[in-house]
Amino acid sequence: MKPIQIKTTADDHRIAKLAAFAIALHMVEAVIPSPLPGVKPGIANIVTLYVLYQYGYNTAAWVSILRVFASSLLLGQFLSPTFVLSLSGAMFSLGILWLAFKLPKKYFGPVSLSILAAFAHIAGQLVMVRLWLIPHAGVAYLVPIFALAALFFGLVNGLITSRLLANDWRKVANNE
Amino acid sequence: MLVLNFLHYPKQLINKLLMGDWLIIILSLVGIFYLFQSLWTNEHAARVQISVGNEIYATYSLNQQREIHLHGKLGDAVISISQGKARFSQSPCNTQYCVHQGWLSHAGQVAICLPNQISLELLGERKLYDSLNY
Repeated sequence: MKPIQIKTTADDHRIAKLAAFAIALHMVEAVIPSPLPGVKPGIANIVTLYVLYQYGYNTAAWVSILRVFASSLLLGQFLSPTFVLSLSGAMFSLGILWLAFKLPKKYFGPVSLSILAAFAHIAGQLVMVRLWLIPHAGVAYLVPIFALAALFFGLVNGLITSRLLANDWRKVANNE
Repeated sequence: MLVLNFLHYPKQLINKLLMGDWLIIILSLVGIFYLFQSLWTNEHAARVQISVGNEIYATYSLNQQREIHLHGKLGDAVISISQGKARFSQSPCNTQYCVHQGWLSHAGQVAICLPNQISLELLGERKLYDSLNY
């Protein structure tokens, strides 16, 4: 019998490598205890953002979605509510990143994108929680806390990303 | 190593922020402040309950604009209701604390004029105080 061979391109390998980075960060984060379920630093998003600037939007989307699926498999959360929340958050922030990446690069750097993506992430999760898990208006009470956490962690992640990109992000982004 | 660099060069970090970044940070802070304000304060009241002495004088809806003239222990006081809010607009008392308290709009808020023995309390779905007595 002939073994099945999948032809892979250099792009595939790159996506796989970058996704592995993101998955590793996600695993690290899964060990960190959180005071409130849902409040997490989201350090894996640093990879998404970095990839967005270095390799473009499509690669970033692949890395982000692969990370969500693979991490949930590793943590045993695949198809659980946690997974669904993670996926909807990732989808929302990818949507926002797609729009925000079109903003003038002269004024809006990685920090802007990081904060906006963090807000979108928590918005996506809260929409899911409100519609599906806890269909109660009381969820609204948590919104300010989540938003504050999103701003803080979005800012920190954005600063780390801009540090990693080491000032040449604008050049790279313009070459795309 | 990266983390250590961060601690040593906070100024460099701030320099990385662009104008739009600051704009987004400031807008987010304003938005979050507004969220805390609107979601964490009490519900808007629907009715105001006015007490004279130990008696409940009347309860009015906050939706209808009106002026209520009352006789307290000291003299005539005026309570105004407008656009979902209520206040003491005139009082014969010396301190005028009740008037200075201004417009009340959230459930559970009270304005009490002790000298004149008139009080108003905004009612919502739950009561903040069990009873108010002189």
